[in-house]
Amino acid sequence: MSTLRFTVICLIVGLAIYLCGHLLGVGYLFFAGYTILQFVVLSSAWNILGGYCGYVNFGSAAFFALGAYSTVFFYKFYPLPIPVLIVISAVVSGIVGLGMGYLTLRLRGAFFAIATLAMAVVLQTLVVNWDYVGGSRGAYIVRADTITIGGYSIEYIEYLFLLMMVLAIASIVISRSIARSQLGFGFATIRDDELAAEASGVPTLRLKLIATTISGALMGMAGAPFPYYIGYLQPASAFGLEYGVNSIAMPIIGGTTSWVGPLVGAILLGSLQQIATVTISSAVNLLIVGLLLVAFVVIAPNGLVGLVQDRLRARRSK
Amino acid sequence: MDFPFELLINAIVAGLLLGGFYAAVTAGVSISFGMLDIVNIAHPAFIILGSYIAYIINISFGIDPIVASILMLPVFYVLGTFIYQVYYVSFEKRGQESLRGLAFFFGLLFVTEVTLILVFGVDYRYVEASYIGPSLHLGNIDFPLRMLVPCITALVLFGLLHLLVTRTFTGRAIMAVSQDQLALQLMAADPIRIKRIAFGISIATAAIAGALLVIIQPVEPSVGREYIGRVFAICVLGGLGSLPGSLVAAMLLGVMESITSTFYGPSWAPAVSFGFLLLTLAFRPAGLFGR
Repeated sequence: MSTLRFTVICLIVGLAIYLCGHLLGVGYLFFAGYTILQFVVLSSAWNILGGYCGYVNFGSAAFFALGAYSTVFFYKFYPLPIPVLIVISAVVSGIVGLGMGYLTLRLRGAFFAIATLAMAVVLQTLVVNWDYVGGSRGAYIVRADTITIGGYSIEYIEYLFLLMMVLAIASIVISRSIARSQLGFGFATIRDDELAAEASGVPTLRLKLIATTISGALMGMAGAPFPYYIGYLQPASAFGLEYGVNSIAMPIIGGTTSWVGPLVGAILLGSLQQIATVTISSAVNLLIVGLLLVAFVVIAPNGLVGLVQDRLRARRSK
Repeated sequence: MDFPFELLINAIVAGLLLGGFYAAVTAGVSISFGMLDIVNIAHPAFIILGSYIAYIINISFGIDPIVASILMLPVFYVLGTFIYQVYYVSFEKRGQESLRGLAFFFGLLFVTEVTLILVFGVDYRYVEASYIGPSLHLGNIDFPLRMLVPCITALVLFGLLHLLVTRTFTGRAIMAVSQDQLALQLMAADPIRIKRIAFGISIATAAIAGALLVIIQPVEPSVGREYIGRVFAICVLGGLGSLPGSLVAAMLLGVMESITSTFYGPSWAPAVSFGFLLLTLAFRPAGLFGR
């Protein structure tokens, strides 16, 4: 299937989901759906570096928070429409991703993982000490109840949901087309054997830098609308460890080798968390994520997609 | 304006004491990450677990936290060997330790932390012992006993570990496994068994480090995260797998953090260690004392 046709199908599905929600008229669905779509973006973005190249990024929260804090900065400086903010956040996080990769990717994989964790704390300390964006007290963002687009007036949360839907579709399309392109094959050689790839003339450093930049930019985009969604942003919530854990757990539970895994993982785990938060408590839902992550890496290393593929292969050989 | 020398000297002394404690925290990671190449980022979570166990024993039986942690050593050792066994069977044997092994430890870190939050809540817990409170004074310099006792304990722990890896057969085998696993196998020693023992020892040090932590400051479950960066910064700075190197690096980091928080405010202190780690990784990945 060509990328264009795939994109059109995704857009139709996305629009259908929106219309269903709109007709049902339950505002909560959009609140929950926004979070799930946000995780689709984060986990697809993580997977471009983690799943395709095999480099683990623990600092997803840092890129996400960069996006969110770019929004806060411009909100105080000169309020811009959210789509513009998304582009700005993508540029900021992309540049940080590139810089981060440039500093650490010449080293072994484990160092990269530790460095990303370190970067998250450095950035958090900077934000805590930066009074302009609220410091440790946090910042309030006032949003309108409704917004008018092309003559139609819709609820603000529906607007945010639609934006996040577009971002989610964009990240799925990007990660799908990377996997099928020369770039994706290059990434796979890095994952399988970096030394051999280098020896056969694959420009590994350049490819890894492309991966960190794209991955960082997508995560930043996911964070850009977040202050408008939550209304009050403080460093502890923007840099929360749950973003780091979720954006690792979702692709691993779904399966890291293709674009389908992060999507499946994000939808399943995201919905599960929404249900657990409402019915039990938010601490328990984090415990569930952690336990599932540990269980899946030990028992089903290729995730749900891997399990299904094994099942299909077994049936075909019978 | 004259420079506050007294403040500076006090900050340096406090930093050295803090550094001694950091050395105890790092000892376990020096073994697991430096020698065994196992990126155990869950180590700080085990330290917090050690703090809570020391806290429970201290509150219920009135036993000194350090004594309590020594009693807990065998339990932590067994826990460590068990975790290594799972890690070996699930990842090392399949050759997947890089990506999934990291995710495994990240999951463990998270599960431990959330479980502690569910059981104990997010209140700060502290222990009681006779040496928490008083200080020694030498001239104008203060030596708070709550820092001095952990520092001395840490140095003793470090000395014992150093003796272990340089003088005993098992210790030398651990050093050997970090250099050449195949060669060790040819000498008829089982590398997996040696690694299991080493990882057990590494987790056992977390029991002591945890007790020291709860003496120095009140503990709540998410405190551990601050130590991830410090521990790896010290480990990398000291040159991987070198115990004396990480002791010096720990002291250096302690002094720098102490000076930063004395002169610029405590909210900047976490950035010191992590910033230092990033710079070290970027410009001198072999560490200051690396080969």
